[in-house]
Amino acid sequence: KRVRDTRTKLAPAYHLILEGILILWIIRLLFSKTYKLQERSDLTLKEKEELIEEWQPEPLVPPVPKDHPALNYNIVSGPPTHIITVNGKECINFASFNFLGLLNNEKVKSAAQASLKKYGVGTCGPRGFYGTFDVHLELEERLAKFMRTEEAIIYSYGFATIASAIPAYSKRGDIVFVDEAACFAIQKGLQASRSNIKLFKHNDMADLERLLKEQETEDQKNPRKARVTRRFIVVEGLYMNTGDICPLPELIKLKYKYKVRIFLEESLSFGVLGEHGRGITEHFGINIDDIDLISANMENSLASIGGFCCGRSFIIDHQRLSGQGYCFSASLPPLLAAAAIEALNIMEDSPDIFQTLRAKCERIHKALQGISGLKVVGESFSPALHLQLEESCGSRENDVKLLKRVVDYCMNSGIALTQARYLEKEEKCLPPPSIRVVITVEQTEQELDKAASLLKEAAQSVLN
Amino acid sequence: MTDLKYRLAPASEMSRYCFPNNAVSGDASRCVCLIDSSTVEEINHIVHNGGLYKRPFNEAFEETPMLVAVLTYVGYGVLTLFGYLRDFMRQWKIEKCQNATEREEQKDFVPLYQDFENFYNRNLYMRIRDSWNRPICSVPGAKVDMMERVSHDYNWTFTYTGRVIKDIINMGSYNYLGFAQKTGACQEAAAKVLSQYGAGVCSTRQEMGNLDKHEELEKLVARFLGVESAMAYGMGFATNSMNIPALVGKGCLILSDELNHASLVLGARLSGATIRIFKHNNMQSLEKLLKDAIVHGQPRTRRPWKKILILVEGIYSMEGSIVRLPEVIALKKKYKSYLYLDEAHSIGALGPSGRGVVEYFGLNPEDVDVMMGTFTKSFGAAGGYIGGKKELIDYLRTYSHSAAYATSMSPPVVEQIITSVKCIMGEDGTNIGRARVQQLAENTRYFRRRLKEMGFIIYGNEDSPVVPLMLYMPAKIGAFGREMLKRNIGVVVVGFPATPIIESRARFCLSAAHTKEMLDTALKEINEVGDLLQLKYSRRRLVPLLDRPFDETTYEETED
Repeated sequence: KRVRDTRTKLAPAYHLILEGILILWIIRLLFSKTYKLQERSDLTLKEKEELIEEWQPEPLVPPVPKDHPALNYNIVSGPPTHIITVNGKECINFASFNFLGLLNNEKVKSAAQASLKKYGVGTCGPRGFYGTFDVHLELEERLAKFMRTEEAIIYSYGFATIASAIPAYSKRGDIVFVDEAACFAIQKGLQASRSNIKLFKHNDMADLERLLKEQETEDQKNPRKARVTRRFIVVEGLYMNTGDICPLPELIKLKYKYKVRIFLEESLSFGVLGEHGRGITEHFGINIDDIDLISANMENSLASIGGFCCGRSFIIDHQRLSGQGYCFSASLPPLLAAAAIEALNIMEDSPDIFQTLRAKCERIHKALQGISGLKVVGESFSPALHLQLEESCGSRENDVKLLKRVVDYCMNSGIALTQARYLEKEEKCLPPPSIRVVITVEQTEQELDKAASLLKEAAQSVLN
Repeated sequence: MTDLKYRLAPASEMSRYCFPNNAVSGDASRCVCLIDSSTVEEINHIVHNGGLYKRPFNEAFEETPMLVAVLTYVGYGVLTLFGYLRDFMRQWKIEKCQNATEREEQKDFVPLYQDFENFYNRNLYMRIRDSWNRPICSVPGAKVDMMERVSHDYNWTFTYTGRVIKDIINMGSYNYLGFAQKTGACQEAAAKVLSQYGAGVCSTRQEMGNLDKHEELEKLVARFLGVESAMAYGMGFATNSMNIPALVGKGCLILSDELNHASLVLGARLSGATIRIFKHNNMQSLEKLLKDAIVHGQPRTRRPWKKILILVEGIYSMEGSIVRLPEVIALKKKYKSYLYLDEAHSIGALGPSGRGVVEYFGLNPEDVDVMMGTFTKSFGAAGGYIGGKKELIDYLRTYSHSAAYATSMSPPVVEQIITSVKCIMGEDGTNIGRARVQQLAENTRYFRRRLKEMGFIIYGNEDSPVVPLMLYMPAKIGAFGREMLKRNIGVVVVGFPATPIIESRARFCLSAAHTKEMLDTALKEINEVGDLLQLKYSRRRLVPLLDRPFDETTYEETED
């Protein structure tokens, strides 16, 4: 007979109690109500309906006063070339960025016509989906060869070029050091990138170095994070808002000292600076591989539409899949690409136009000195100058009105000028109101002198 | 994905499908077919959705078959494993690394790209890269010439053989009304303007870039759309990304559809407003968000929202679906919000006279607060526009980022748009425009019906000229593109990240320039390739339609 061992192994008491408590807890959780975080205030259906009834939104857009300076545009009848018909009056054009006078060039127009006959107008698709034409590939090759870089990429809109290029590389958590006077397209690109933006004073290398040093000390506190945080400096070759150039040699030194990459925006300096028009790198004699990315738009010197970025393949190829304005937008109409290729041909064939342009800029820069009440802002070789009031009359609105009277006086006497337009609430560092003076190769010396003397007269009569 | 089991709404309840106090009853009112669940056969019995919809709304997204989904995941898994293997071999120099690399002088800089970011690029995209960026060298009409390119190193580099493949049937370009032409009234007018005005403008709208041509275009576009005023911009993408921030800002709410285009998403992000996403074309989801927003106000502070903007598109280009506009407008009116309608693909392509999705549903254009669209697709040009009330356009003329900082449109492009709009409206004295709109509708109906009959899974609305054909498996993406090109048909294939990872598809864009012969050729080849690659996943067998109410855009059904 086997005697059953009645002393079955009982678990210790605390074990059973613990299990019992856990079972009770599970039962409680199963039957308790789900906890909604959102609706803390339990409103009844009727109260909700009342709230919906009562809510009044703002109007979609606030009304714009009829005399707002930016509301009534100048109407240009006919082509905006050297002689321009503005609001019915014929004037000499000192307002369009047609630096090399290629807007009205017959060779450019006939190249565009040939392209129009072959391809029609639109491309009907983005680059990825049957929107890549052989003209685009040719233009990219030509631009890369001209700028002596490995590769170039074309965008169909000048503004979108730098605004898509920056967010393709700089993401949340990266650091970008940007000049205060950077143009709006750069600001939008920075906003889209969600990176940390650090502004340094315009062209002030000491301020930039201070910021870089501060960043270095931050890095030493957290080296792991620093190893994955990318850093960039974004500057313009020739600033649109102030007409001066960035000190590129010092920037290159800072680049290698603090290991920051440089993005250079050359919309105004492409086709203007340098012996052959290659921009500010040629002007200073810097090796182009030292600049990580050069971005420019083709809407100024090349008198076409669109923009391009050029640099090493390692950098540019990335934009073909992550540049938003490149992947998600239709490609550049072929006739505009053909016009740009022809304009590039002209630039390569006659490199003396750059000297001519520079001479004219120097001439008018000198002639505009000494106007009472207006000061010239910009380098002597910059073809886009600003004329600002020497003394502000108190409010920006009044300054704008005063400058408008100067511009109207000049327009009535046959010189077309415009004020520089900004979105006052959107700019990070709003430049003061100014008149834009643009010099092109097509303007003769008499016309330059006439413009200078007319401005003197206008300033005299309006400001005194 | 909702599958095709809808309930038939009894005739007695039809009149009650106006906007009720509580949620729009989604499923019942969208009844399009009755399924006899005992057999898998279905009888398409299309009933008029009364009340809000004046025409039947037939949209379907068939469910992914389970086996196919599993195999697709397995496919991606295998690719990922091989990707890791290849990366390992490249790192240890067993395999040659063909990427471009960083400069020697900058090797100690922080790396520009994270290794993982480019994993997909290097190992999956690179294998089938030849399906995209195909260079063409003729006008992108119904037939196109392509430059032949070959790769000797598995798509890392391409070389052009110099040969041109001629007369490929183009099912990839957005040429809905066939205005991509190199001869004809549009091209001649554009040539004249080009010789008079030149190609560029060199200034912004607010400075010296506002030509008389732009003013003419804007008046014409306003008349075409039936709105008070309109404004045109040089790039469709930029129209969204630069104008949404001008309309809304901090303290406003944006309700955006799940599948909105990158430009709308970018514009919404740049504006600084709070963004909430509702499920694709799902009106209950939208209504819930609207209710919650008004009742609870801004998060944490509980202040009321300044304004609410709903962002929708006319036709969604990856799904082929059409927005449920009557319901959106009813919701918008009830909750006092504003509607921003992006008609990039639907303007010119929908509606009996090509005026877009508003005309397609028979609604009033004044109900849409901001009507946006692009000129790239149906007008054969480039650029975008916004139409609406005069106060809106005046505000945009003053405060739009594009007007102040971006160069205005090129004059020959403007002329192309003017001529094509006049052609569509019939103001050029011919009825070419009207004929094209009808031809497009016919082509759409025919093509979709034939593909469904063959047994493919086709997404989207029956009237949308964008036809997505599901492929699912990653290998089939590349195979489909290449096989179709061998047979002289150019198609667009899309995969991750433009679509969800298992739902890769081929997307056909129909055009009024496609003749019936071209469509038949294409259909024959698609049938062949579908059998070859086993793409006929659909488990529903469709029976020819009965009881379809007649309206202007239907046609006599011909049996082949």
